[in-house]
Amino acid sequence: MQERPPFDLRDFRPPSFNPKTVRLVAIGLLVLVLLFTSIYTVEPEEVGVVLRFGKYSRTVDPGLNFIIPFWIESLIKVPVERQLKEEFGFRTEQAGVRTRYTTREYQDESLMLTGDLNAAEVEWIVQYRVADPYKYLFKVRNARQTFRDINEAIMRQIVGDRSVDEVLTIGRIEIANTVTLKVQELCDQYETGIKVDQVVLQDVNPPDPVKPAFNEVNEAQQEKEKLINQAKSEYNKVIPKARGDAQRIIEEANGYAFKRVNEAKGDASKFNSVFAEYLKAPEVTRQRIYLETMNDVLQKVGRKLITDEEATGILPLFQLGTEGGAQK
Amino acid sequence: MKNLKLIIIGVAAFIVLIILFSSAYIVSETEQVIITQFGKPVGDPVVTPGMHFKLPFIQAVNSFDKRFLEWDGDPNQVPTKDKRFIWVDTYARWRIQDALLFFQRLRDERGAQSRLDDILDGETRNAIANHDLVEVIRSTNRELQFGEIAEEVLDTEAKIKIQHGRDKITRIIIENASQRVSELGIELLDLRLKRINYVEEVQQKIYERMIAERQRIADKFRSEGQGEAAKILGDKARDLNQIESEAYRQAEQIKGKADAEATAIYARAYNQSNSSRDFYQFIKTMETYQNTLTEKDWLVLSTKGDFFKFLQKQSGR
Repeated sequence: MQERPPFDLRDFRPPSFNPKTVRLVAIGLLVLVLLFTSIYTVEPEEVGVVLRFGKYSRTVDPGLNFIIPFWIESLIKVPVERQLKEEFGFRTEQAGVRTRYTTREYQDESLMLTGDLNAAEVEWIVQYRVADPYKYLFKVRNARQTFRDINEAIMRQIVGDRSVDEVLTIGRIEIANTVTLKVQELCDQYETGIKVDQVVLQDVNPPDPVKPAFNEVNEAQQEKEKLINQAKSEYNKVIPKARGDAQRIIEEANGYAFKRVNEAKGDASKFNSVFAEYLKAPEVTRQRIYLETMNDVLQKVGRKLITDEEATGILPLFQLGTEGGAQK
Repeated sequence: MKNLKLIIIGVAAFIVLIILFSSAYIVSETEQVIITQFGKPVGDPVVTPGMHFKLPFIQAVNSFDKRFLEWDGDPNQVPTKDKRFIWVDTYARWRIQDALLFFQRLRDERGAQSRLDDILDGETRNAIANHDLVEVIRSTNRELQFGEIAEEVLDTEAKIKIQHGRDKITRIIIENASQRVSELGIELLDLRLKRINYVEEVQQKIYERMIAERQRIADKFRSEGQGEAAKILGDKARDLNQIESEAYRQAEQIKGKADAEATAIYARAYNQSNSSRDFYQFIKTMETYQNTLTEKDWLVLSTKGDFFKFLQKQSGR
C-alpha cells in the first residue's frame, strides 16, 4: 500500500494565466472598488455625513456625491427630512388602507399607574425627526432605544400626576402636549439631536378586568340622561298645553267681560231710550206694553182658564195631569 | 545585482508599510483611546477623532466609547415604605468620563455594566423602600381632576399630598449613585424609573378597588338621574298648578270686574228716579212673562185682573 502524503503541493498549483490578463483584471478590480467607495447618492430626504479617518469632516446635501475612495472617507446617510415614528403599547402589523395592529405582548409598555393609584393602559405614538445628524450619530449610542426609554419614562411620570379620569378622557390632549415638551427637554439634555414633532395618545383604556365597570359608568350616565330626558318630555307634554289652556280661559273671561259690559250698555241704552219716550206718555205706554205682552203670552200659552168670582166650582172639574204642563 | 537591489527595496517598503500600519491608528468620532505600553497606560487619553500615531508593536490601542451609553435595569420587585410590592424598571444613561480611571478599574464596558447593575439597582431599591408608593408615582402636588364625578366618591388616596415625589426620589438615586460611579471614571447623566407596576396579587386588589370605585360612580349617576327626573316632575306639578290657578284667578278677576261694571251701568240706567225704577220693574216683569210662559203652561186668569176686566164690563170698572 502506497503511503499518500496529507497534501500534495502539486494539487494546489495555481492555474497559469497570461500576466497581461492578470494585470487587466487587477486594474479593473481597483477601478471598481474606487467607484464603489467614492460615489454615493444621497436621497432627497437625507443628508450625508462624511467622515475622514473616522473624524467628522462635512455634511453633504442630497444628490450625487463624491468622497475620497478606499475608505479614507466614509459616508453615513441620515434621513433628516423623513418623519419617523415610534409606537408604544402596540405595533402596526401591516400598514395599508385597513391597517392592522397588534397590542398583545406589549402590555408591559402600555400598563401604567395613575396619580390616584389606579391602573390604565395607554397606547401612544411619537413622531420625530433627526434635526441634528451629528449629535444623533456621535453623541448617544443607540439613539433610538434611548428615545424609546425617554418616552416611556416621561409618559409614566406625567400619567403618574394625573387621575385615571384625566388619562382616559378629559386630560388626553393636555397629557400629549406636556409629554411632547418634556420628551423634547430630555432629548436636548441627552444630546440625541432628535426633534419631537408630536406625541399622540392612541387607545387609552382601563385594564381589561376593570373595563366592564367603566362601561357600567357610561351606561349609568346614559341612564341618567334618559331619565332626565323622559322627565323633561313629560314636562313638555303637559306644561305648554296648560299654558295654552290658561290663555284660553283668560281670553274667554275677557270675552265674557266684553259681552257683559256691552250687553249692559246696550240694555241701559235701550232702557234709557224707551224710558225717555215713556216719560212723555207714561199711562198709554204702560198700557200698550202690557197689552202687547199679553197678546204674545196668551197666544203662546196652550191652555188658558179664565175664572170668575162667582164661578168657583169649576176648578175641580178638569183634571190636572192629563194635559198641559203636567205632561212633559 | 539589479535583481538584488529590487528585492531590498521591496523588503524595505514592506517593512515601512508594516511599521506604518502598526503605528497609525484611527480614532473615530465616537471613541476615545488609551495607549498602553506592555499593558501600562501611557499618556492622556486621545479624544480628538482622526488619524493618530503611536510607537509600533510595543504600544497597544484600547478604545472606549465616548457617547452616552445605555444601561437598562433589571425589572425588580421592591417593597415600598408602605409595604406595597411593585415592579420597578429603571434605565440610565452614562458615559466614560475618565477613560484612564475606567480602564484601570473596570477594564471594559462589560465590567462597567455589571458594576452599574450593582450600584444603580441597589440605590433604586434603597430609595424606593424609603418612600411610600404615592411618592414614587406622583411628581407634584398638582390638583387631580375628575371630570363630572364629584368629590365624595373619590378614594382618599387621590388627596394625599406628597412630600418628595418621583423627581426628587430619582434625584436622590442619581446623587447617591453618582458619587460611587465617579470613582470608576463614569459620569451618570440620568436615571429614570421607566416602568412601575403592581405585582400580580396587588394588581388584583387594585382592580377590585377600581371596580368598586366605578360602581360607586355609576350608582351616583343613576341616583342623580332619578333625583333630577323627580325634580323635573315636581316642577311639572308645581308649574301646572300655578298656571291653572293663575288663569283661574285672572279669569275670575276679569269676569268680576265686568260684572261690576255691568251692574254699575244697569244701576245708572234704572236708578235715575222713582219712575225709572217703577218702569224698569214693569218692563222687566213683562219680559219675564214673555220668556217664561210657554205653550205647555196653564194660565189661570181671573176676570178680576186688569186684562179681563173688559170681559165683564165694557167700561172696565
